[in-house]
Parts: sequence; C-alpha cells; structure tokens
Amino acid sequence: MAPERIVLRFTPDTTEKPVIYRLVRDYDLVINILKANINPQKEGTLVLELTGEKYQQGLEYLRQEGVSVQPLIEGITRNEQLCTMCGGCTDICPTKALYMERPSMEVFFNDDKCIVCQLCVKACPMHAMEVRF
Amino acid sequence: MSTEKTYAEINEKIKNGKAVVMTAEELIALVEEKGFSRATQEVDVVTTGTFSPMCSSGAFLNFGHSEPRIRMQRVWLNDIEAYAGLAAVDAYIGATQVPEHDPLNSNYPGEFRYGGGHLIQELVERKRVRLKASSYGTDCYPRQEIETYFTIDEINEAILFNPRNAYQNYNCAVNLSPRTIYTYMGVLKPNLSNAHYCSAGQLSPLLKDPYFKTIGIGTRIFLGGGVGYVAWNGTQHFPSIQKDSTGRELGPAGGTLSLIGDLKQMNSKWLKGASFLGYGATLAVGIGLPIPILNEEITKFAAVKDKDLYAPIVDYSDAYPNRKPGNLGFVSYAELKTGEITVNGKHVPTAPLSSYPRAKEIAGILKQWISDGTFLITEPVKLLPNVNDQITANSLKG
Ligand code: SF4
Ligand code: SF4
Repeated sequence: MAPERIVLRFTPDTTEKPVIYRLVRDYDLVINILKANINPQKEGTLVLELTGEKYQQGLEYLRQEGVSVQPLIEGITRNEQLCTMCGGCTDICPTKALYMERPSMEVFFNDDKCIVCQLCVKACPMHAMEVRF
Repeated sequence: MSTEKTYAEINEKIKNGKAVVMTAEELIALVEEKGFSRATQEVDVVTTGTFSPMCSSGAFLNFGHSEPRIRMQRVWLNDIEAYAGLAAVDAYIGATQVPEHDPLNSNYPGEFRYGGGHLIQELVERKRVRLKASSYGTDCYPRQEIETYFTIDEINEAILFNPRNAYQNYNCAVNLSPRTIYTYMGVLKPNLSNAHYCSAGQLSPLLKDPYFKTIGIGTRIFLGGGVGYVAWNGTQHFPSIQKDSTGRELGPAGGTLSLIGDLKQMNSKWLKGASFLGYGATLAVGIGLPIPILNEEITKFAAVKDKDLYAPIVDYSDAYPNRKPGNLGFVSYAELKTGEITVNGKHVPTAPLSSYPRAKEIAGILKQWISDGTFLITEPVKLLPNVNDQITANSLKG
C-alpha cells in the first residue's frame, strides 16, 4: 500500500494531545514525519506520510480530536507579478516563511520554511500565493 | 531671513530643470544633517506616496450610443452592476461591487475573488469587458437590451473618481475576542495575537501636510500611475490632532481626499483589484502628492518622522463594529514597523496592509517626473478644511 501524504493543523488547545501515539497504537499506522512545527499552546502543523489498513479510521480519529486534516499539495509559490509587498501575510504565516526585511519592509518568501498550511493563499488580498499541485 | 517661495518660483525652477526635489524620507535625512532652515532654502518640492486598498474608489464610464439608442437603466460589466441612474450611457463602477450571484459570506469567510476593483484593473490593462444593459423603452431611447464587448479605448470616457482616498492616518486593528475575525483590516487572529496597520507612516501624503497648507482643490498628483488631481476633500474628512488620555498631542488624523483623473492614462501596476477574506473586494490605489516647500513651517511638517506619528489601537471584535468610543492606546509608526508592539501588556506581532516598498517607489517616480520638468506643481484653487474648522462626524439614527 502506497503511503498517503497529509497535512495536520493543530489549534493551540489540540497541540497537547498525543495523537501520533494513538495513530500508531490504535490504528496501527506507519508514520513518517516529513515536517513538523509544533509549539505548546500555539497553532501547529505536521506533514506526515501514513501507511496502513486503518488509514481512513485514523483520519476520522484526528478530525474528532479537532485536528484539521488536508491532503499534502506539492507546494506554495509566490507570484511575483501579483505580490505588492504589502506585508499583510507576514503575521498570518505560522512559520515565518513569509517575512519582512527591515528597514526596507520588502516581503520575502522562504520556500524551505513553508509547511503548506495555505493560510496565506486566502489571506493575501492580491491572490499572489498560489497552490502548486 | 526666513525663506519664502511661491508656487510660480518653484515651477520656474522645475521648467528650467533646476528644482531640488526629494522624497519625504530624503528630506528627513537632510534636515537631520543641516537643520530646518538650510533644508528650506535648498529643497523646492518634497514627494510622498502611498499604495493601499482604498474601497471608496470607482470610475465614471461613458460607453457611447448604440443604434438604435438605449438609455441604460441598469448596467452590468462582467456581471458586476454599475450604477446607471445618470444620463443615458453613463455609469459608475464602484471598486467594492461584486458580481451578481457571488456567494458573498454565505460560505463564511467569503473569498470575494472578483469585484469592481479587479474590473477597473482589467479596463486599464485594455482587456475586453462584457457590457450588459437593460432599460424601459422611450420614444427617444427605444432599445431595451444590449449585450456587447468593449475595451477602454473604444468608449468615450473613463474617469477614475474616488470619493474617499488617502486617509491621513488609520487605526491599528486588533481582535480581543476568542475567535478569528475577517475584516477590511485583514485576518485578525483571536486573543490579541496580531495587529494590522495601514499607512506608509512618514511617507504618507496627508501625514506630511497635517494642516492642509499646500493640498487643496486642483492639486496635481500621481494617481494610479498617471496624473490626477485633488477634486475636493474626501467624504468623512474630519481633520484633527490626536490626543492621548493625558492630553499629549500625537499627530494628525481624520483627513481624506477625493481624487479624479483620466483612467485611460493610468497603469495597472498602480491600480490593482484586491480581496479581503470574509469582507469584500476593493481596489489598491497608488497615490503620490507633491508638497512644495514654501517656507520653514512646511519643511517642519514634511520632515516629521515615524517615531512622532501615531495610530490608535482599536479592537475590531467589539469596539469598532459596535461603535464604542475609546481605544487601547496609541502606537507610533516606528514601533509598528519593528514588527512587534505591546498592547495590554502583551507582545503582539504587527503587519501592514499598505505597501511600504510601493509607497517609496511612488515617491521616487513623482520625484523623477518633477525633476524631469514634465510635472508642474499647482497652487490649489481653494485649500481644504483643516483642524481649525473643527468638523465633527454626524451619525446615523436608527
Ligand atoms: S499579502 Fe500577498 S501581496 Fe501582500 S506581501 Fe503577502 S503575498 Fe505579497
Ligand atoms: S502556506 Fe503560506 S502561510 Fe502557510 S507556511 Fe507556507 S507561506 Fe506560510
């Protein structure tokens, strides 16, 4: 069975729950953590590769725990033609993949830090952040 | 002796290529080096800039007449309704209007991916726009329906006319409630987790002429990449000087401008459709104003720095929507630009909605135009009301 790639998003109050342990113990899933950004009491994100028979049940469990589950998309790109460097995304992006350089206040996008949470995709007023499947 | 210059003298220098023009930030550096008096002698014009979403924007269009004639009682441009309660074939397309059947906020937060602002951008880009109009027939205008396509070059007039632009200053928006809110100030995270502001601060036009000593009706400006003019004061023009709870003066706020210009000569880099999640569609407008350095007082105002310009911090979960007076204090643009401020004892990350790099670029372009001798400054036909006029806001009963 081919591994499935998914993105989990945690709210500040769901970061404390031992969900990975439960996925392994109760649902017998093989887990490969591709990217992780979890801080106690803050929004967090995990990118996982999951394999196992009870894959769907595992996802159902996560949703019940209040964790958002989305399929992993290839990545996010910034359309330089559309971005006006307003900066509005820089406090929405949870990992500082979108950040401002000071004092020029120019906005940069660091692909390596992007966890593909897609929060910027809808928040950017110029629709400059694009999903790449 | 103190320096006094006239508009005519400055224009003479501009025509001869001898005017000294600099951006408001360059003036700040010059004043630090040489003082107000020397700077006033040396500099003729200071340029400012801002590039922000400005909802109160739109364009008057005249489509020309069809055969047979139609009066056009209702008009849609790419499905977005334009106001046609004017003479035949005139309409006004507003930046915030969205297409018929847009889901709006029914799937909250709505995306508002396309609206009047985007349409204006497409017009400027010379894209083909679908025009649909309907009317009751009259003896002189018998036709009742038309559906056709046009580009901006094929219609008679396209006049950008923005009734309320270039806010002198703006709130720093936060959210005290426990849920995320979607506002015209962007996405505000719960429990005071971010703060959005919307001004270029020390480059922003009306912060640099706080008493409206040079800006008035007829002032020629950079508007949407072309040339425009100040038509009038903007709507909700309530110029004031902010004071904190101790009575300390914290710089100007409240002034607005209404702006006009020929859309056909503008450039879509400086007129961009924008969408605010859960709020609506709008237009980001690039504006640059020249400030003639007529005397030292004007230099002093134009050289004010971010650290002396303040924004009130306002809660958009309750105080703003329910119109509760008061605020959570003031914060300077210097602090806002560091990326973090302190509100109610909590460290809060900040982000702007107004593009500072673009504001800088506009001030630079306007400086170039004036230095090249192609853009002369104008003495206003009439100055705008200022803080001394003590205009206060009326509110709606009901
Ligand atoms: S919000 Fe959009 S336009 Fe603004 S800086 Fe971020 S990516 Fe660019
Ligand atoms: S998808 Fe956007 S908001 Fe999320 S991490 Fe990547 S850049 Fe940041």
